[in-house]
Amino acid sequence: MTARSTGSGRDWASMPEPIFPDYRSTPTRGPKQAPIKIEGGWDQSVALRPVWPKLPSKDADLTMNGRVNGDPIGERIVIEGKLTDDSGRPVPGALVEIWQANAAGRYIHREEIHPAPLDPNFLGAGRCITGADGSYRFITIKPGSYPWGNHHNAWRPAHVHFSIFGAGLAQRLVTQMYFPSDPTFPYDPIFNAITDPKVRNRLIARFSMEDTVPEWAHCYMFDICLAGAYATPFEEGHDHG
Amino acid sequence: MAEMQDFGKMDINDRGGKHTYEYDDAAQIPATSGPTPSQTVGPFFAYGLAPGPYGYAHEEIHDTDLTTPDLEGTRIVINGQVFDSSGLPVHDAVIEIVQADATGTYVDATRNDGFTGYGRCGTGTDGRDGKKTFEFHTVKPGATQSGAAPFVTVIVTMRGLLNHCITRIYFPGDDVGQDPVMKQVPADRRHTLIAREAGPNRYRFDIHMQGDNETVFFDL
Repeated sequence: MTARSTGSGRDWASMPEPIFPDYRSTPTRGPKQAPIKIEGGWDQSVALRPVWPKLPSKDADLTMNGRVNGDPIGERIVIEGKLTDDSGRPVPGALVEIWQANAAGRYIHREEIHPAPLDPNFLGAGRCITGADGSYRFITIKPGSYPWGNHHNAWRPAHVHFSIFGAGLAQRLVTQMYFPSDPTFPYDPIFNAITDPKVRNRLIARFSMEDTVPEWAHCYMFDICLAGAYATPFEEGHDHG
Repeated sequence: MAEMQDFGKMDINDRGGKHTYEYDDAAQIPATSGPTPSQTVGPFFAYGLAPGPYGYAHEEIHDTDLTTPDLEGTRIVINGQVFDSSGLPVHDAVIEIVQADATGTYVDATRNDGFTGYGRCGTGTDGRDGKKTFEFHTVKPGATQSGAAPFVTVIVTMRGLLNHCITRIYFPGDDVGQDPVMKQVPADRRHTLIAREAGPNRYRFDIHMQGDNETVFFDL
């Protein structure tokens, strides 16, 4: 009865090693024990999508949702793409949350100390729910690169953080989207913690001339592939007892 | 000036580790199709993922209180801390919980009593030198399968964690002996999955990323 039941596990070949010493927070925080694979199923929550609240309007437009008295500074861009599972089926109804630095490479987070200007009209966070075809679309400002204290002269490539909750626990993903041709790619231990370039480069968005909006904004396409579909959520009947 | 991150206190002359990678044209190599790799949530997630408790001007859509006035079940509080390898509490972790209601029923689209079965809490809302604790107000879940013990799923992310981790909270006093997932956990590690009673209907669940009591995480 079970179609690819629960417990098929993550595709670890597509994931970074939990401890990548060049990224210096990982040796003290990454688990040392291998995750335990479950035979026979987790339970039905592996394939149940939480019901998300109604999102505030304009929440997918980061040029609007932090506006106080004008346009945020920087290059307006569109980031769009499609969520699919690993068999190519769209993942509708997923919660996609993003956050990022502003055009100057500054986050509004209070612990950020990089001496670059804050933008009073830019919050840098947005959310949307994927459509029936798995698509999402954000309007934002292209983030700047910024330095961090990992090692001497450490700079993060410009990136947008993504948090995705798809159809159940098996489709949780936290990741970062990068921009094509970033000069700091060869120096970033977070990006390079995914050691296979064929896998790592899945995180680089593609500039799309076709989807660029004339007289308005460049478009970057970032398709996201989540873990497998669970067509039959669980082999046992739901037991309310 | 804002407080420094932990890494800001490191000896800047210690440039250990490798920070230049063999590249040539590595960034030009076409990506294969397949699951999108994970990356760390980083240190600055709060205003995006949990803005309300941190006081950021971004409407909060998640909650640490899963209860609603008409929700049936025993009200409980679950709190805890996340510890790194040196036993220090982590102040920049995100803890999410997913659970069934008191009858063992998960939320679906037909649910209309306000119960979401989902909560999120950052561990930094008490400030850098504060408690660094997560806390949820919820109801004790019912068992979701016959023979299984009630549990709450926990998703853990933080700066320095390149893949999110998934674990379970079981409750003291419940019979976990026949639980189909607990049975697959080595006996000497099962205690890491059972909350401690910390008062009437209050439970403590600490998460240890490493060490003798490293919390069991599951391949999910």
